[in-house]
Amino acid sequence: MPRYLTMVRIDEKNAPAEGPSEALMERMGALIEEMTKAGVLLDTAGLTPTSEGTRVTWSNGEFTVTDGPFTETKEVIGGYALIQAKDKAEILEWTKRFLAVHEPYWTITSEIREIAEG
Amino acid sequence: MTATSSAVEAVYRIESARIIAGTARIVRDVGIAEEIAQDALVAALEQWPEDGVPDRPGAWLMATAKHRAIDLVRRRETYARKLAEAGRALEDVPPPEPADPDGIDDDLLRLIFTSCHPVLSTEARVALTLRLLGGLGTDEIARAFLVRESTVAQRIVRAKRTLGRTGVPFEVPSGPERPARLGSVLDVIYLIFNEGYAATAGDDLLRPALCEDALRLARLLAGLMDREPEVHGLAALLELQASRTRARTGTDGTPLLLAEQNRARWDHLLIRRGFAALERAHALGGAPGPYTLQAAIAACHARAARWSDTDWPVIAALYGRLVAVAPSPVVELNRAVAVSMAHGPGAGLALTDALLDDPALAGYHLLPSVRGDLLERLGRGEEARAAFVRASELTRNARERELLLARAEGVSR
Repeated sequence: MPRYLTMVRIDEKNAPAEGPSEALMERMGALIEEMTKAGVLLDTAGLTPTSEGTRVTWSNGEFTVTDGPFTETKEVIGGYALIQAKDKAEILEWTKRFLAVHEPYWTITSEIREIAEG
Repeated sequence: MTATSSAVEAVYRIESARIIAGTARIVRDVGIAEEIAQDALVAALEQWPEDGVPDRPGAWLMATAKHRAIDLVRRRETYARKLAEAGRALEDVPPPEPADPDGIDDDLLRLIFTSCHPVLSTEARVALTLRLLGGLGTDEIARAFLVRESTVAQRIVRAKRTLGRTGVPFEVPSGPERPARLGSVLDVIYLIFNEGYAATAGDDLLRPALCEDALRLARLLAGLMDREPEVHGLAALLELQASRTRARTGTDGTPLLLAEQNRARWDHLLIRRGFAALERAHALGGAPGPYTLQAAIAACHARAARWSDTDWPVIAALYGRLVAVAPSPVVELNRAVAVSMAHGPGAGLALTDALLDDPALAGYHLLPSVRGDLLERLGRGEEARAAFVRASELTRNARERELLLARAEGVSR
């Protein structure tokens, strides 16, 4: 049965300034609980903003270290989930449910990538 | 936004257990409940492509199913007929309980205990559980267990009739029968896992997926019965065993023993989850049951970065406790191996000697195989060779036979 990493991508500049509403956090919590109890959610976390992040690049045998925020990219990864789903149709459904807990004023993308096994 | 039928079916697979459970609470029969749930699916397949997937698809399906269920119960004659087909009389079926919006967890538990009821044969329990709780279709169950689809379909039909005929109530057992009933549920889930674990390369992919189906069921049960240590013990055992899946076969597809596996290929997320479940089991207190003890043994192996780091005295002690709560000659043989690793081959051999007369192990190739290894380590070459040869005669697996004969060859003269 495949496993998927879903990465939530968001435009930090257009995200609600006050962050997620309490109602959103409640709905998110309920969905996380539902997915955990269904045996489907293996791991999930939100990430701290890119302003607190760092990039390390290896090229031509040398390191370049850059501190965030990373303004040249429109969307950054805000969080992830590791999900065990029977197939693509199932992971799509769970992902839609996750996105749907957000109010309509959010613009948010979840990128689904199947984990390479073997 | 319109819906494709695969999207509708994905929703149904996610929701079906809850819908069947909630409906069964009303109609008091899992067979009728499943029919009604499938009617709801048909309604969704008809309406959602036009109207779009509803905001809360699970709630839509549940409401649709419950309306039909309540309708059915109100039309006594039709209900009585459906029950009669299921082998029950209207008078024997308790009335539906008042609706309880938070009761879906209870209903799911009732469904799990009902589908694992000991009045059913083991194959029936497995098929019914995978069908009603695992969301597998009859064809998928058939492919996973290498049997014909009609066989599985009949098993399920007969299982539902047996439940009806014997008047199995839709409830979670309490009182003196509860531990055994819970044991039956755990055993069914473990059986499904082992069927998947036994799959070999080239098998239909639905076979190894049985491991994940079982894992999801174990996690589901752990969420529903958070205060039962053995439930967490089973979940821990399955997470830990599943963690080794990618390391179990060599590049040429041959199975690798624990001692030979590349531990970098163990899945550390699953190991962490296994440890967490095991810790929950321990924190709940009480004497550990067999699944918790087996999980503790698996955790010992998981903790060792290399085979040579394995804490054998702890494993040997755990096997000692396992044999006390769930005595079995196979467990005793495993204990002998652990004891030999912890306290030397002589100590292990003494334990295997006691098993030689056990009729249960008469045809079991691992007994002479283990003895061969211990005798070789003790420098008793002649006897070791004979034991390996004996083991090669008992195994039905060609590759295993080759390996055992090679070991016999390799014993220094």
